[in-house]
Amino acid sequence: MRTYVLGLITNRLGSSALTLLIVSFAVFFATAMLPGDTATILLGQAATPEAVAGLRAAMHLDEPAFFRFARWLFGLLQGDLGTSYVNNVPVAQLIGARFVNTMRLAGIVTLIAVPLSLILGITSAMFRGSAYDRIVTILTIGVISVPEFMIATSAVLLFSVYLKWLPALSFAGDVASFWQVLKIYAMPVITLTFVVSAQMIRMTRAAVIDTINTPYVEAAILKGASRWRAVIIHALPNAVGPIANAIALALSYLVGGVIIVETIFNYPGIAKLMVDGVSTRDLPLIQSCAIIFCVGYLALITFADIVAILANPRVR
Amino acid sequence: MTISTTMPRRLSYRFSWVGMIGFAIILFWAVIALLAPHIIPYPVGEIVDEDYFGPMSSKLLLGSDYLGRDMLSRIIMGARYTVGISLAAVCLACFTGGALGMAAAVVGGWFDTVLSRFLDALNSIPSKLSGLVIAAAVGSSLSVLIVMLGVIYIPGAYRFARSLAVNINTMDYITVARTRGEGISYVVFSEILPNIIGPLLADFGIRFVFIVLLLSGLSFLGLGVQPPYADWGALVHENIGGLPFGAPAVIVPSLAIASLTISVNLLIDNLPKKIRDRSA
Repeated sequence: MRTYVLGLITNRLGSSALTLLIVSFAVFFATAMLPGDTATILLGQAATPEAVAGLRAAMHLDEPAFFRFARWLFGLLQGDLGTSYVNNVPVAQLIGARFVNTMRLAGIVTLIAVPLSLILGITSAMFRGSAYDRIVTILTIGVISVPEFMIATSAVLLFSVYLKWLPALSFAGDVASFWQVLKIYAMPVITLTFVVSAQMIRMTRAAVIDTINTPYVEAAILKGASRWRAVIIHALPNAVGPIANAIALALSYLVGGVIIVETIFNYPGIAKLMVDGVSTRDLPLIQSCAIIFCVGYLALITFADIVAILANPRVR
Repeated sequence: MTISTTMPRRLSYRFSWVGMIGFAIILFWAVIALLAPHIIPYPVGEIVDEDYFGPMSSKLLLGSDYLGRDMLSRIIMGARYTVGISLAAVCLACFTGGALGMAAAVVGGWFDTVLSRFLDALNSIPSKLSGLVIAAAVGSSLSVLIVMLGVIYIPGAYRFARSLAVNINTMDYITVARTRGEGISYVVFSEILPNIIGPLLADFGIRFVFIVLLLSGLSFLGLGVQPPYADWGALVHENIGGLPFGAPAVIVPSLAIASLTISVNLLIDNLPKKIRDRSA
């Protein structure tokens, strides 16, 4: 049986690798479709034809697209992210520190959102149909159906305009005290936590309800176990797999959320870098950032699937 | 059993009042979007207030924006872009994705395998990221936006339609139709489609919400609808400077988006089971 599980996991990893290849292909060709010649755009209208031809050769733009894709992918695998068109700096150097910033933000949000969502999701499933459950459900649906920027602007309105607890949209560079760090991170973290938790609560609640609806939990209740006991001791161990799956899936919503949140709060992360890159049309930068986000997203989804495989006792 | 088959099918669906409210709000925005140029109190580009980020008043019902333009007029015109672009994009996504999905289920074989593999891979690019990459590559004119939003949601629509069609495809009447010598398009549109149209319509609504949210998000980043046009997301983008003052110019467009997306969700959640699960 062990080899069977290993086989399933290898299979899943293999299909993720194939997906990643197709994704990088799509990202490369979407950006390579750019109307107009990159060399002409870079050198401007006044450039001589010789200069344009020289730059084209230097950038390998005269080669067929497929070779350029292979060259780009090969460089990527070796950690060479290319050179920024705009300021001629290696992309890796631009991304470096900002990547750490984004990961820090994502890490803090995960640490807050996961326990919060588990508690809310499990308890609302336990008291399904109660006023508490209905309030949680309405709030999560509300958060899911509005754009992320609305959560962010509402947080600003509440905490800095009306309550005046936190600074508004500025991300101050000076971090003198722990208190200041807390103030700076508060708003982005609050917004992202809302976005991610709403998804996580919904999925956790659904996973637990699925387990509670099984006959053996009903049997436990009929034999006289309290509702807490029936859920915590009987149902929860079997729901661990689906819940872990829900958490990993919900965390993938961080990718979309972080793009909005870093832009609105001017947070020096990789998503802000990418949005800035889009307005200056800095293709190597955009490609690299897109691949990094796709890898993160795919990793989370693959992880969710592997957890689901491991947690299923029928294949173990 | 025999009684129910001989009884004429009852067309009176029971709608819950929550669903009715959702439907009413959707209808309201649809009418606003259609009639927009005739009901705006001031021309959209005209500066009517000496003050910027003006408060709500009897003259300017929703205050003024960062240049002193009437916010109510801009929201009414914005409804055209938000609803119009999203509706066009969702039609593109659901018709293409739905047709491909049903065809893949009927044809099967390598066509199904290759298409599923490819579209599933595209589905694993986060939607906002695809939007950023495409906006960077080809810019964001209105037609590009429609095609882009449609294409981004084709894989999802494909997967949903295929999963439903696969179940129908195993039915005896499909085998009969094939034995009769019917072509793929007949089987897809005359045998499979009528059986899954209910869930497909619900999916249409859900995908419409996704598209409205993505379009608003992109416009909010300044990469969606470009001036002089403005959808609701772009209105938030251009008036974001009024946020520290709590100006209505920032709050009202957000509320407009929320009212639209939440009411579509409410309507779909409260659709009669007969429509939603007709395939079951």
